[in-house]
Amino acid sequence: MRRALRLKRALVLSPPLLWTFLFMFVPYAILLVYSFWSQNYPTFVPDFQLGNYVLIFTDPQYFRVILRTLKIAFFVSLGAALIAYPYAYFLVFRVRTPSLRLALYMAVVAPLWVSYLLRAYTWKTILGTTGILNSFLMSTGITSEPSSVFLYNQTAMIVTLIYVFIPFMVMPIYAVLEKIPRSLKEASSDLGIGRVQTFLNVTLPLSIPGIVAGFTMTFCLTFGDFIAPFLVGGPDGQMIANVIASQFGASLNWPLGAALALIMLMIVLSIITVSERFERLGQGKFA
Amino acid sequence: MSRPQYERAAWVVGITLILLFLYLPIAVLVAYSFNESRSLTWPMTGFTMQWYQKLADNSALIKAFYNSLYVAVCATTLTLMIGIPAAIALDRIDFPGKGLFRKLILLPIALPGIITGISMLILFRQLGFRLSLETVIIGHATALLAVVVTQVYARLQRLPASLQEASADLGASGLQTFFLITLPNIRTAVIGAAMLAFTLSFDEIPVTFFLTGRDNTLPMFIWSTMRRGLTPEINAIGSLIVLMSIVLIFISVRLQRDTKIK
Repeated sequence: MRRALRLKRALVLSPPLLWTFLFMFVPYAILLVYSFWSQNYPTFVPDFQLGNYVLIFTDPQYFRVILRTLKIAFFVSLGAALIAYPYAYFLVFRVRTPSLRLALYMAVVAPLWVSYLLRAYTWKTILGTTGILNSFLMSTGITSEPSSVFLYNQTAMIVTLIYVFIPFMVMPIYAVLEKIPRSLKEASSDLGIGRVQTFLNVTLPLSIPGIVAGFTMTFCLTFGDFIAPFLVGGPDGQMIANVIASQFGASLNWPLGAALALIMLMIVLSIITVSERFERLGQGKFA
Repeated sequence: MSRPQYERAAWVVGITLILLFLYLPIAVLVAYSFNESRSLTWPMTGFTMQWYQKLADNSALIKAFYNSLYVAVCATTLTLMIGIPAAIALDRIDFPGKGLFRKLILLPIALPGIITGISMLILFRQLGFRLSLETVIIGHATALLAVVVTQVYARLQRLPASLQEASADLGASGLQTFFLITLPNIRTAVIGAAMLAFTLSFDEIPVTFFLTGRDNTLPMFIWSTMRRGLTPEINAIGSLIVLMSIVLIFISVRLQRDTKIK
């Protein structure tokens, strides 16, 4: 009986364990090994040297790209939070009809089902130098020449990425706001505390775990994106993922690409770890 | 107007602006797929279906569409076959290394797809595999595992363990219990996860970018078309994808409603 149970457990366990070992654990391990190899153009050779990491931390070109990527990811997350929070707040506390609430919730989540590439592409057609926004402004006489201020800069990229990733911000914020007991707000207003004070002292602190979760998700997704920079970013809009992709393409320096990818992995993992700590802290304090 | 009225108006304006921000770009995408002129500029010139007709004649595009269908169906099946046991294992079996297993399997949710893509590219190179649609399928199944596991695991947690115990007490085997008790109870979560996995695989770029050989999937085809320039044909493909997404969203909302009534 015990043996049969063990066998059954092994049968349930082995496919997922084998798969995660072979296609997740091993690839990450090989990635680490590759990051110590050296390039011998047009190929690369097994080696154990820290040259790739030294290059990344000494050549300002790489450092600048990493800093830029962090900056853009921060502004995308901030912008998405500033839009998503009022939207989620409105749905939870101001909309009385459940069907309207569901419809408005779906309205913001639904675009996730529409191809990411197309959602980024449509911004390119709108913001382009000869694009729809420019020709619209010209035909209405607001501007007389096509302006290139809209496309191929960091603002265009931030707008596009906010647009693409905003559902990931709305979902967790909505989830925490929905769980706040109405009685807390009522109690606060019964005590004669103004609505702004109630928001700042009750609602906002209770929703911090949702903001942190949304911020983390948006930040990590933006941090690893190479499609928006390619479509709307232009020369000063390259992000770290573009640099990694080019190491596996034209530059043909897989070891350097592996080292860059590992640094990206480390940054993402530390952000997730910090945010998990933070969420737990928040729960302990306000539960 | 009184203060609450002002406030109400301000909310409505704000929310309308957010909805415009969300949907104007999609409206633009669809509108320009019917625009006569080849250039994507304002004002629009006239109504045409020619871009759709061009799609129907584009054999490379149709090939890419079928490739994507093949990849998405296989990757979804594979990821369900591994994801459901993984969720069951996480829910009710204790084993050494469970913590690491959980972390590893859920990682791709927040992990940029590019890391999955290149790490598997290196693996396949070491193994001497030729890149093909099949390597893409393995990549997608791995990246989407987290989606299936989280959705199925959440449903399993709400399922009382007593159901399984009762089934075992009545003499059912493990497999019988799984197919007759567990699976029907997590059915909607499995269907929901499958639909989401299918959509994500159908649209996937970062992993596909590194793992595909000579064959293109639909997003990769669109991507390479975009590199050559913007054309209303892309808008026409996009509009069809939007239409397909609306159908899928509609089905998934129906599914959610069905579970709630239960």
